[in-house]
Parts: sequence; C-alpha cells; structure tokens
Amino acid sequence: MLRYESVSELVAAARDRGVRISDVVLEDQAAVMEKTPLELFEKMEIDLQVMRSAIADGEREGQRSMSGLTGGEGFRMNRYVAEKDGGLCGPFLGRAMAHALAVAGCNASMGRIVAAPTAGSCGILPGCLISLLEEGRIQEREAVMAMFTAGGFGMVIAGRASIAGAQGGCQAECGSAAAMAAAALVELMGGTPDQCADACAIAIASQMGLVCDPVAGLVEIPCIKRNVSGLMIAFSSADLALAGVEARIPADECLDAMREVGDALPASLKETAGGGLAATPTGRRLQEQVFGGEK
Amino acid sequence: MNVFDIIGPVMIGPSSSHTAGAVRLGRVANKLINGRGLTRVEITLSGSFARTYRGHGTDRALLAGIMGYHSYSPEIRDALEIAQARGIDYAFLKRDIKGAHPNTALIHYWTEDGDEGTVQGASIGGGNILVSRINGMDVRLSGENNTIIVMHRDKPGVIAAVTQVMHWQYADLNISSFYLSRESRGGNSIMTMEVDSLPPEDLMAKIREIDHVTNAILVRRL
Repeated sequence: MLRYESVSELVAAARDRGVRISDVVLEDQAAVMEKTPLELFEKMEIDLQVMRSAIADGEREGQRSMSGLTGGEGFRMNRYVAEKDGGLCGPFLGRAMAHALAVAGCNASMGRIVAAPTAGSCGILPGCLISLLEEGRIQEREAVMAMFTAGGFGMVIAGRASIAGAQGGCQAECGSAAAMAAAALVELMGGTPDQCADACAIAIASQMGLVCDPVAGLVEIPCIKRNVSGLMIAFSSADLALAGVEARIPADECLDAMREVGDALPASLKETAGGGLAATPTGRRLQEQVFGGEK
Repeated sequence: MNVFDIIGPVMIGPSSSHTAGAVRLGRVANKLINGRGLTRVEITLSGSFARTYRGHGTDRALLAGIMGYHSYSPEIRDALEIAQARGIDYAFLKRDIKGAHPNTALIHYWTEDGDEGTVQGASIGGGNILVSRINGMDVRLSGENNTIIVMHRDKPGVIAAVTQVMHWQYADLNISSFYLSRESRGGNSIMTMEVDSLPPEDLMAKIREIDHVTNAILVRRL
C-alpha cells in the first residue's frame, strides 16, 4: 500500500514497475477502498461527466453568481476566442481558459461541480482535461486515468502541505490544483513519472506564497480568475517538464516550503477577507453591496 | 483520505465549507428526524456563518440537508422555497456561540409528533464537519468514519445490550472509537460509536428495539 507521504514514493512505485502513476494509484486505492479497479474507474468517469456539465452550465450567456458580483466570464471568453481567431493565446488555450472560468462560475452560482481539490479551485483540472478531449488529443479513458494521477499528487499535497485556503492560502487551493493538473498533463502527453514530479514542482514553485483574499469572503473575486492563472501555470509547467527543463528543487521540498510559507502567512491572508484584494477600497465596497451593514 | 476526497466530492457550490459542509450538518439533523414531518426549524448561525451565509447559500444548504437533500442535490438552490412549500416554518438567527468554531450552526427542530431536538456542529473545511452536541449532550461526530449514534436512558446494561446486538448480528462490525455522554445519572444519554465498515440500515431498527434506547441513527462516512 502507498503512504502518499511523498511525491518521490509515487514516482518510485511507478518507475520500478514500468507503469504510469495513474496505474499505481488506481490499483492501490481499489485495495484501500475494498473495491475493484473497474468500480473506481467508473466512479471517476462520473466525475468527468460532472465536469463536462459544469462547463456547459457556466458558459451560458446569462450565467450569474448568487451574490450578483460575477457572471458570464466563460461566455465572454468563448465569444472572444471565436471572434478573434483564438485571441493572443490561440484557440486551444483560449477555450481552456473559458472552460476554467465556466466551471468556477458554475460553482459561484450554486451549480454542481467536482471539488478538485476544492470548490474554489474546481475549474483548473476540468479546463485542462476537457480542452484536450475536445481537440481529440486524448481519449476519454486516458483522461479518467489521468484524474487518478492528479488525485495521487493531491493526496501527497494535502498531507505534506495543505489544500485549504484557510490553512495555506490560495497556493494551497489553486496552487495545488495546478500542480495536480500539471502532473496529469505530463502523463497524458507520454511523459515519465519523474517528469510528472517535475511539473508538480514547477507549478508549486510558480504559485508559492499566493494568498487567499476573497472579496466579501465569497468564492468569486479573485477566485474565478485565479482558476485561469492556475490553468495556464498547469500547461506551462507540464510543457517545461516535457521539454526536459527539470525542477531544480524536488517536488517534496517544494511542498515542504509551501507548508512553511502557508504557516507564515498572517490570518488576514487566509480566507478571512481581512487583507489583500478583500481589504481594498473596492473590495470593501463590494462587500458592503452584498452584505450591507451585516459584516 | 482516499483519491475521491481529492477529486471530489461532487457538490453544489460555491464553498466546500460554507455550502457542502452545511448540507452535511443539516443531514445529521435529518437522520435524527428520521422521516417525521417538520413544523419548525430555527437555525442559529455563529461566526463566519453568521456574516457570510447569504453569499454562500449556507442558509439554503442547511435547510436542504435538514430536509434530506445531499451536498450534490441541485435542489439546494431552491431549498427556502421547498421548505415553504412543505409548510416548514423556518428562521435564521445570527448569534455568536461562545467558544465555538468560526463556522458553527445550531439547528433546533420541531416535528409534527410534538418532539424537538438540537444539533450543534461546525464545518471545519473541505466539506468536513464536527458535530459537538446533540440535544445539548456532548458527542464526537466527525463524519470521517461511519458512525452510529444511540440515544438512550442511562441504565446499567444498555451499552452491553447494544454492542451485543451489533456483534451477534454483524460479527464483522468493528468499533474503532466509543464516546459516551449523559445529561444526568439515570437521565438521557448518547453513545457515539465509530465503526470500520458500513453497517446495514436495519441494524438501527434492531438497536431501537432494545430497552431504554430512544433512537439510533447511522451517519455514513462523509
């Protein structure tokens, strides 16, 4: 059985047997949960379907959040990508960004999502996977398997650092989601387990110290847009790793550093709406607009 | 923790702590209500719950859970309207409960058969909950494991009778933790038992038949 205490353990387990990290995680988790690998695969398949429907829900034209502060981001991004020939980043990344916005927007409007690893960071993994599926660059079953890789890395991150904004800041939410997605992307593109670890390390390093400062304490501003930056970091980290640009600090040490940085962050920057963007004049005004004098 | 704690749960947004966790707190009350009709629900919101419940739909989530919906049920969005349609008189009160976790709710319910009860618990992040009091008595319910809660009179032999039924009916059922609390000697008591596997629902019916047991509920691993 795997202990999920280090990324190096995951990499070694896959490398020793000449299989993917997803194979190792699926087999191990089936044993732990006393189910067959097929049962787990089918459960994960449902999660992928929920991600798809969340994208469709969040890309509707009139989509609005419960508070009314946000809405329609996915729709506008899609329209721009269609009208401007993909925009600056090209149609593939443009649509991936729209998907990340859509899932995060669906979450903000009390739609159904898959926490991956959290609700606040739920757009990153689906944005990466569904955009590759739509381009026909991966098969459905490969995407489902890659979710086990993402989950395996996520378990290590949760134990070794944190996946809660209230505990570790946004680096623990969107940072973790990007690192999980980066590892999954590397595996999907045929990279080695070591390259998966490199992508994870690069993604964590890229978001080290990111604070959790939601306006009015709501999972909207800046969370929805940070799903896009997390998605872009997932893609860039995966590409770097696949290109052979190695992480100079190993993933496990990056996670230890992330935990230390998270602990050092003041409470005002850990999901309390006490600092950062939440404490700006506009942030305060929006808070007043939603909650009136209640807060 | 397993892989579906990371890729998952499937939930209604926007917040695992303020929405999904709130549904789960409500569901503990739903288990205690056990299918009886509700007349009134009064929910006290404390700390962060009191300040931000509207934007997170915490009020809808708690009510949805009390009515038996899951953290993935789309009905959460319309829970206030559904409660109205069912004739449930509900109220949300904002009051800081001293010493409580920042995301704490105290649910007080009244049923059609004249019974009432309370559940106090906190949403401690990632959809995880910690129920600290039921009907004013201390419990330890985290939802991390399948948990059996037995409400009973404080009489000698009740614990032995309950565990004996568990053992003889389901020999594989192993208790991993046991916590007992009582109002007063001979008065109302509550056992909280975490178990390693998932016992069948009909075990609860069998436990309820035991002398001095007033209610037994199963809260599945969340």
